[in-house]
Amino acid sequence: MNINFTLIAQAIAFAVLIWFTVKFVWPPLLKAIETRQKEIADGLAAAQEGRSALEVAAKKSEATLAEAKQKATEIIGQAEKRATQIVEEAKGNAKAEGDRIITGAKAEIDQEVNRAKEGLRAQVSALAIAGAEKILRKEIDGKAHSEMLSKLAAEL
Amino acid sequence: MATEHAEHALTPSEYISHHLSFNAQSVGNGSFWTLHIDTLIMSVVLGLLVMGLVWWVARGATAGVPTKRQAFVELVFGFVDDQVKNIFHGNRHSFIAPTALTVFLWVFAMNAMDFLPVDIFAKLMHGIGFDKWRAVPTSDINTTFALALSVWILMIFFSIKVKGFGGWIHELFYSPFGTKIWVLPLNFLFNLIEYVSKPLSHSLRLFGNMYAGEVIFLLLGMWAATGLSGTIFGSILGAGWSIFHILIVALQAFIFMMLTVVYLAMAHESH
Repeated sequence: MNINFTLIAQAIAFAVLIWFTVKFVWPPLLKAIETRQKEIADGLAAAQEGRSALEVAAKKSEATLAEAKQKATEIIGQAEKRATQIVEEAKGNAKAEGDRIITGAKAEIDQEVNRAKEGLRAQVSALAIAGAEKILRKEIDGKAHSEMLSKLAAEL
Repeated sequence: MATEHAEHALTPSEYISHHLSFNAQSVGNGSFWTLHIDTLIMSVVLGLLVMGLVWWVARGATAGVPTKRQAFVELVFGFVDDQVKNIFHGNRHSFIAPTALTVFLWVFAMNAMDFLPVDIFAKLMHGIGFDKWRAVPTSDINTTFALALSVWILMIFFSIKVKGFGGWIHELFYSPFGTKIWVLPLNFLFNLIEYVSKPLSHSLRLFGNMYAGEVIFLLLGMWAATGLSGTIFGSILGAGWSIFHILIVALQAFIFMMLTVVYLAMAHESH
């Protein structure tokens, strides 16, 4: 337990060691560690940012997809409507054309019928006159009764 | 070890006193002007070695992926830094944390010299011309007092630096019991006792632990010299004590560092 000059010498050695550590050992270690900590923190932040950006992009693409789907549905709906319309139009046209043809045909038929009727009427009146002539030749003068006969023919 | 001492025919008290005496060199008149060459050389070499190693790693330290060497140093760095951060709430990087690192590593290295087999190491130093050689600088009271008194001076220095000289004197008289006129002498006495007891307990705790450890190694070594059974049991117990000593060495270095930080942190706080 003898205190002596060694104490002073040791204290000086201690002071020098502290100075050395303060000056040369601590700062580079601290710098390296703090730089790395910052880098790691930055990296984590960047990763977080990337994740959120990805999320946003996913949402956007989903929205775009939904919009596209909606548009496609709309277009299909329009096309279907248009198709129905065209079919309806075509149907209408066809019906009108058919009606027109039928009307034409009916008119022609009517004309034919009328013509036939006229012919028949003429023939019937001629036949009636001939028959009446044959019957009346014996009893009635043809000339006297022809007026009445032509009146008859007009009534037929 | 047994045969070695049988040859010299040393008595137990001679053996122990030989191992417990320093390699003292007189540098002037009077018993104060003496240097313990062994303590000085061991501590300076260990200090240079351990701080040099850390410096070597710190110089090549990269902020990228660290090597295993750097990772280990950073582990120690982080350990010390965490301890300081919990105790001291100022700018620790400018002085206190590096000081804590120095104290921890240096004291640890000096304590760790206790693991060297006392006789073999002494024999080795004897071989190169040093008759007496104590390998553990921290079992020299001069070393522990040097450290504790340096910390004590730093303590007073920071007290005055933070509070001003007037503030420091004021605190000597006005804390901890209050500002009533009749408690002022009591305050001063209390602070005086604290200022005396701090370096004493700081240094004697480390010194006592390391000195006792060394003495037990010597006793075991002495037992080993008494014959075959003594050699066997002495070796087994010596191994056991060494293993237990790993804890003491690390713990005492840690305690010494923590007290250093606590004292310096307390000096920064005003009451």
